[in-house]
Amino acid sequence: MGSRGSHAARIPDGDSIRRETGFSQASLLRLYHRFRALDRNEKGYLSRVDLQQIGALAVNPLGERIIDSFFPDGNLRVDFPGFVRVLAHFRPVDDDDSGMRDPKQPEPLNSRMNKLRFVFQLYDLDRDGKISRHEMLQVLRLMVGVQVTEEQLESITDRTVQEADEDGDGAVSFLEFTKSLEKMDIEQKMSIRILK
Amino acid sequence: MEGAELAGKILSTWLTLVLGLILLPSAFGVSLGISEIYMKILVKTLEWATIRIEKGVPKESGLKSSASVGIIQRDESPMEKGLSGLRGRDFELSDAFYFSKKGLEAIVEDEVTQRFSSEELVSWNLLTRTNMNFQYISLRLTAVWVLGVLVRYCVLLPLRVTLAFIGISLLVIGTTLVGQLPDSSLKNWLSELVHLTCCRICVRALSGTIHYHNKQYRPQKGGICVANHTSPIDVLILTTDGCYAMVGQVHGGLMGIIQRAMVKACPHVWFERSEMKDRHLVTKRLKEHIADKKKLPILIFPEGTCINNTSVMMFKKGSFEIGGTIHPVAIKYNPQFGDAFWNSSKYNMVSYLLRMMTSWAIVCDVWYMPPMTREEGEDAVRFANRVKSAIAVQGGLTELPWDGGLKRAKVKDTFKEEQQKNYSKMLVGNGSL
Repeated sequence: MGSRGSHAARIPDGDSIRRETGFSQASLLRLYHRFRALDRNEKGYLSRVDLQQIGALAVNPLGERIIDSFFPDGNLRVDFPGFVRVLAHFRPVDDDDSGMRDPKQPEPLNSRMNKLRFVFQLYDLDRDGKISRHEMLQVLRLMVGVQVTEEQLESITDRTVQEADEDGDGAVSFLEFTKSLEKMDIEQKMSIRILK
Repeated sequence: MEGAELAGKILSTWLTLVLGLILLPSAFGVSLGISEIYMKILVKTLEWATIRIEKGVPKESGLKSSASVGIIQRDESPMEKGLSGLRGRDFELSDAFYFSKKGLEAIVEDEVTQRFSSEELVSWNLLTRTNMNFQYISLRLTAVWVLGVLVRYCVLLPLRVTLAFIGISLLVIGTTLVGQLPDSSLKNWLSELVHLTCCRICVRALSGTIHYHNKQYRPQKGGICVANHTSPIDVLILTTDGCYAMVGQVHGGLMGIIQRAMVKACPHVWFERSEMKDRHLVTKRLKEHIADKKKLPILIFPEGTCINNTSVMMFKKGSFEIGGTIHPVAIKYNPQFGDAFWNSSKYNMVSYLLRMMTSWAIVCDVWYMPPMTREEGEDAVRFANRVKSAIAVQGGLTELPWDGGLKRAKVKDTFKEEQQKNYSKMLVGNGSL
């Protein structure tokens, strides 16, 4: 940390990352420092082990799934732009985001839709756009460990899938997922505000 | 020949000065006040530098490095409150929101990782190594910085290296000589004298300014002294004010020579690497040591690793199972003058010492605290936590339950199981299936 003087201009592709994620200059710099602090061997990228070393993340029931979200498509490394792209989902929704948005621009990463999509993908293990009963069981098992019996877990799964499943195909699609959560204040629950 | 004569004359003058101004006063425990003057000048210079930096930086670009305030807004409500959705406490698809948010918060900032890197300073102290935001402020400031570099590397460094060299050699020679004497109170007195003198010399080799508070609680013979660990220099700082029996592994090289010499003069407890693994053996030998009331108090650092002096991490319970009186000591360094934290994954011992000797000074406070003993029915872990809290409060450090071993290893599965248990209790314990 100490002797490495840092300047926003030195973040590689700093401007394009800012435009894509909407983070402010100061926040981006903070995240860049964090990225480099986590990158213990100064490789320039993060591997799964680097994230697993974070104590508070390793004890999180969904820790492994959250780490998976940084390594899509079987990647073994995540660079800084990839790192920030995931974190951008949790950027609080500012007023200037929802105001005059050019419909031709891609949706900002921290929109309600994208926040929901992030959580959907925590459940959707094979990324086929549907949460099958089997996938739900597996994720639930991750969250409760060995504390709950197989039967109890199955009945929780059945109930949850039944409640959300509208077209009766035994799986929860993204649309059904969003519908079941339409009353939830996603913006507030899925936002991390970086202090200046 | 004239060149050699001149060099010889300079060297002898230099050594005489060092002897007279530093070594002799150390032997008598007297201070000539030179370091105090140096510190005053230093403080004035740093204050001036801070004012110039604050004037120079425009108000808008405020990337204020706040040392211990978090960088994200945290909602510390417990799991139950965070998970309550619309429909009470059954499992919800939305439960994942809470966990993913907590997980991402941990990725952006966690309590532990930041403790293994040096503390950020609020204002720059004219050392490149602590420079987070280098901005060219003014010519004068840069000139002062250059002057600082010259002073530190060309004046202070040679002086300090000389002193360190003298100090260590004296220690080895002195303790070997004293070790030849038969056991007697004279031997103990002499070995104390040798230890104290050499430690004082070594402390001056680092331009150390140490304030001891509450000297009436200084650890007594037959007790165990327990302190928070920031660097190997902690040992030096504590032994300048009193003699301790050290506990540790036998090393090779220079450290090994020092260790073997020291143990001749007074009984320290050194273990072979293989013996360290056997906890019963370690406990047994330590118990034997403190049972002998004539032996010096043992010095132990229960954290087991170096932390960056902003917090106190988990105290390993082994030291607290031995019994006896525990004398807690809190050590807090002032980071403004030099960063004492040893980041062993980044620097090895030699480069660490070099960094120490090219800092401005090492300034720290040592608080001796009233002795504590294990109460009836209190188990070692709880006792350890009690002592840890006392030290944290005294030193103004935050208290963390995490294990310092997280520096190198992954967190144990038992912690994860605890979280899983909590969550499961919510799902199943309410009988709402």
